[in-house]
Amino acid sequence: MATASPREVPTDQANDKRLKILEATMKRHQYRADALIEVLHKAQELYGHLTEDRLLAIAHSLHLPPSRVYGVATFYHFFSLTPQGEHSCTVCLGTACYVKGAMELLAALEAESGLRAGSTSADRKLSLLTARCLGACGIAPAVIVDGNVTGHADPEVMRARVRALLDEE
Amino acid sequence: MMEFQDLQIMAEQERTRRKAIRIHCCTSSGCQASGALELFHQLQAAVEAAGQNERVDIIGVGCMGFCGQGPMVSVEADGVLFEHVRPEQAPEIIASLDGGPCNVKQGDHAHPFFARQMHIVRRNGGVIDPERIEEYIAVGGYQALYHVLHEMSPAEVIDAITRSGLRGRGGAGYPTGLKWATVAKSPGERKFVICNGDEGDPGAFMDRSILESDPHLILEGMSIAAYAVGADQGYLYVRGEYPLAIARLQKAIAQARKHDLLGSQIFDTSFNFRVDIRVGAGAFVCGEETALIASIEGRRGQPRPRPPYPAEHGLWGYPTLINNVETFGNIAPIITNGADWYAGIGTERSKGTKVFALTGKVRNTGLIEVPMGMTIREIVEELGGGTPDGTPVKGVQTGGPSGGCIPEALFDTPVDYESLAEVGSIMGSGGMVVMDATTNMVEIARFYMEFCMDESCGKCIPCRTGTVQMYRLLSKISAGQATAADLATLEQLCHLLRETSLCGLGQSAPNPVQSTLRYFREEYERLLRKRVTINLTSR
Ligand SMILES: Cc1cc2nc3c(=O)[nH]c(=O)nc-3n(C[C@H](O)[C@H](O)[C@H](O)COP(=O)(O)O)c2cc1C
Ligand code: SF4
Ligand code: FES
Ligand code: FES
Repeated sequence: MATASPREVPTDQANDKRLKILEATMKRHQYRADALIEVLHKAQELYGHLTEDRLLAIAHSLHLPPSRVYGVATFYHFFSLTPQGEHSCTVCLGTACYVKGAMELLAALEAESGLRAGSTSADRKLSLLTARCLGACGIAPAVIVDGNVTGHADPEVMRARVRALLDEE
Repeated sequence: MMEFQDLQIMAEQERTRRKAIRIHCCTSSGCQASGALELFHQLQAAVEAAGQNERVDIIGVGCMGFCGQGPMVSVEADGVLFEHVRPEQAPEIIASLDGGPCNVKQGDHAHPFFARQMHIVRRNGGVIDPERIEEYIAVGGYQALYHVLHEMSPAEVIDAITRSGLRGRGGAGYPTGLKWATVAKSPGERKFVICNGDEGDPGAFMDRSILESDPHLILEGMSIAAYAVGADQGYLYVRGEYPLAIARLQKAIAQARKHDLLGSQIFDTSFNFRVDIRVGAGAFVCGEETALIASIEGRRGQPRPRPPYPAEHGLWGYPTLINNVETFGNIAPIITNGADWYAGIGTERSKGTKVFALTGKVRNTGLIEVPMGMTIREIVEELGGGTPDGTPVKGVQTGGPSGGCIPEALFDTPVDYESLAEVGSIMGSGGMVVMDATTNMVEIARFYMEFCMDESCGKCIPCRTGTVQMYRLLSKISAGQATAADLATLEQLCHLLRETSLCGLGQSAPNPVQSTLRYFREEYERLLRKRVTINLTSR
């Protein structure tokens, strides 16, 4: 249905299934400029983070100036331009969690992992992140480990989980 | 083509296929985090094992509101409510249907937490399976849309919404009917309807719960709005942090399309309406309407000056109606029950109910829907049950980073738009965080300022640099290193931001500081004095 031609793909990536999925997403949106955020979501979901090359390729496909694509990618917190750890642990620091001891929880996890909030371990095993409200305030404090929310999070239990992720082979 | 009769037939079929006993298992986010999915499967297995397949149905339902006590299970008809249910307790629950012993912790419907609520927007929450359109239709769903399309003119719909007194639930409380009327009369080749589901306030999860628990209610509300203002395309802008809400909405849209309740010539009329989802990417400021529009257009989510308002010049320059999730949730009930019914609920100037997320240092955390005008004291003490350990309550924070802290002394303030503004807070979207005597108010103010600093989009200078300066000053105060002059500077900055920022984020960023200064000034001053003491002793 779309008439815009797909971008030329470098041969080493030609068989990359993820690239095909990304292409399909752009095609579904008819390569419209306003689909940029949807496309970036997909790219991040597929690759874990957005590299400069990928942003350039997206700019090309959507007929947008690279500065616009880069500007959007850096504006939104969701998009990451650096690789993330294999696992992630996100501590909610929203108000409801904050008054229920989220800072102590974070301090415990920082101590256990040796990581500062917002950083990734050198072996790329784990990223320790923070968020401001996951919408799970009813069960505060909340922590997300690899996409799964834990409510009423206990510092000792979470410490053990983080340890296990770090020690994983 | 869907006709009124088809709706009724579907509803009837759905009702007859129901088994004698329906057991509701909450599978919304809060309970999922407490292990509800495993419980859901165990309940199904227990029914199977007990040979009760013919009689008992396990239904995955939306949020029951008592999320802090999840996973929640309830038995329809006899109204038994189970809390903190563990998967291994599933057989016990099934056996209890026939009088078997059951040690699962039971909730009490007569408890004020439930008894004092009034459900309009949340009436289907925890009662129907949000993933099946048939269940929504069985409780009368989409009949309001039919009624509107066949029996009311757009002007009559707007008139009904105006007379109901409904005001926007996204924070500012702008009269909904008036907004619809403006969009309806704005000239434009096309018009759009946008549902604001960005819900970025920390401590707020009402919209998430509504979207997860009853997605068709929102689609029906948006459709009625689209008919009233003359739009043919809608967007649902949902936070990226809400994957379950997004998945359920996608499903709901697909089902509505399949049954011709979205698409072309809905209910055999000339009304066409399509809805697409746009997923937010983690920028709080995108909840602001002009920033949200920029984001849907695929740009950086930065606000622009208003006027022109989106009602006249919105998405791609066309007249655009933008309302909050909960606002849309009130529409079908108003059409069904009439404007006068709605106008009879609440206070003089704030009509209907409001959904609040009651969290923090309170015994019963969760979602509540109460008539406007209930006092904060009733909410915190009766519904919320006070603090878990009996520590005195110090205050309650409403309205998130744009709101303020209300001290316990003012808890007899009724919740309505004007009263909350009078005491220096705002209704906001409905987050209510309870704080007890151990909560440090300066830290709370600092926390919100850090939030605003991080979320400032950087477009205008007062907000971009002012939030940084205020955050530094608050950190200095917090660390006991500030002087009275610093406090004075902080207060000046409050005025500056309020007066000169471009959008609501910067304009209201001082609110948490000003309200804590107003009611808990001694906490700030105590920290100032500390410096003097330290200096004297160290010399
Ligand atoms: C910084 C900022 C954030 C906002 N966030 C939201 C939000 O998350 N949800 C929402 O419905 N409205 C939010 N609003 C208000 C919207 O701009 C808009 O007024 C509202 O969506 C209109 O809907 P209503 O009339 O139904 O309340 C926000 C406003 C500002 C200034
Ligand atoms: S007030 Fe803040 S968030 Fe709003 S436009 Fe200005 S810089 Fe951006
Ligand atoms: S404040 Fe942590 S989930 Fe909402
Ligand atoms: S999420 Fe289950 S009761 Fe709220």
